[in-house]
Amino acid sequence: MTFPDAADLAAVGITLKLATISTLALLVIAMPLAWWLARTRARVKVIVEAIVALPLILPPTVLGFYLLLALGANGPLAKLTGHSLAFSFTGLVAGSIVYSLPFVVQPLRDAFIAVGEEVMDAAATLGASPMDRFMSIAVPLARPGFITAAVLGFAHTVGEFGVALMIGGSIPGQTRVVSIAIYEQVEMGRYDGAHALAAGLIAFSFVVLVVVYTLNRNASAVRIG
Amino acid sequence: MIACDCQLARGRFSLRATFEVPAQGVTRLFGPSGCGKTTLLRCIAGLERFSGSASFNGEEWQRAPHHVARQAHERGIGLVFQHAALFPHLSVEENILYGSARRAGRAAMPHGEVVELTGIGHLLDRRPKTLSGGERQRVALARAILCGPRLLLLDEPLASLDLDSRTMIFPLLERLKRELGIPMIYVSHTRDEVARLADRVMMMEGGRIEAVLDRLP
Repeated sequence: MTFPDAADLAAVGITLKLATISTLALLVIAMPLAWWLARTRARVKVIVEAIVALPLILPPTVLGFYLLLALGANGPLAKLTGHSLAFSFTGLVAGSIVYSLPFVVQPLRDAFIAVGEEVMDAAATLGASPMDRFMSIAVPLARPGFITAAVLGFAHTVGEFGVALMIGGSIPGQTRVVSIAIYEQVEMGRYDGAHALAAGLIAFSFVVLVVVYTLNRNASAVRIG
Repeated sequence: MIACDCQLARGRFSLRATFEVPAQGVTRLFGPSGCGKTTLLRCIAGLERFSGSASFNGEEWQRAPHHVARQAHERGIGLVFQHAALFPHLSVEENILYGSARRAGRAAMPHGEVVELTGIGHLLDRRPKTLSGGERQRVALARAILCGPRLLLLDEPLASLDLDSRTMIFPLLERLKRELGIPMIYVSHTRDEVARLADRVMMMEGGRIEAVLDRLP
């Protein structure tokens, strides 16, 4: 047996691809949502906040189960488009986006709140349109929040198991991600293989966190100096 | 003419201010703390939602009751905030160019002259966080002037300043008035140097304009 074997390497590749695509999609979705949550005084805000936070407290299998129903062959999406997303990579991405949404929205929302109204008002009186001041003032000032959001979204997607199993189904080379691969190795009694993946995941997470804290420290250092 | 009819309620505070003053010279908005001066200034700037109307030299800014014809960024004003409100991620130079870059060709005074008169030449590479209160306020004023405002709104710009900064800003405001003829509305609740520049005083109390008094020459 070669070690780590080709199937495990494929699982690593799929996991990284899944986390990258999901994180990018999440940032695009979460940016306007977080901005709205940070600024609005509408009453519906608490409802939206609760919906966004739901994945934090629901068991991933519950989420995965309903995603499977929604995206599966008999679900509303399949009836509308004729395609089922269940047990496909695209379905896995959709599941990850729902599952990791609070981890991206919440740091962004907090960072946008910290931007404050006064600098935005100042930019308005200096002739900047709403979109202009969002891009030139709010986004750069919220940079630490973007870094935290991206890392949490990425790391959380890498670590997901329940949703990935329910909606992805662990098809080797397509939807079999690292966390599931570890589980399957252990089930077969192949602890060496499980070790290689698990230790790799720990090292990876550690490196990512060190990079983030370094970046965030530099970001705040730049603003002070 | 600057004409305004603002009504707005915030909790227990209510603003019902109606006034009409010439769009020239310095108008001093005077009244005790909490009477609504800053809120009224923000209404004129387009930063608060209110019911009523506002216009500047016949140009409609808001039509009663709620139609905003021109948003804050379309009004061509300059506003100096009480706490400067500089952009912390930009250098002093980038701060003062923020407005002028967005309203090309309307600067009333050359860049170098504004920098010199506000005495911020040695600060251009610095970040706002490293500046003193007086320095920040001078940068804020330079930023507002450089965007070429048709109307300059000042919210107690001298309130938090040291003597050095006050003696620097006063002659600058005087020049803005004399040479460039930029109309100003200037908020204060204490008697200070700028009071000497005022052509008229709007007396405000409890959210209402009580009187507009022309200053005797």
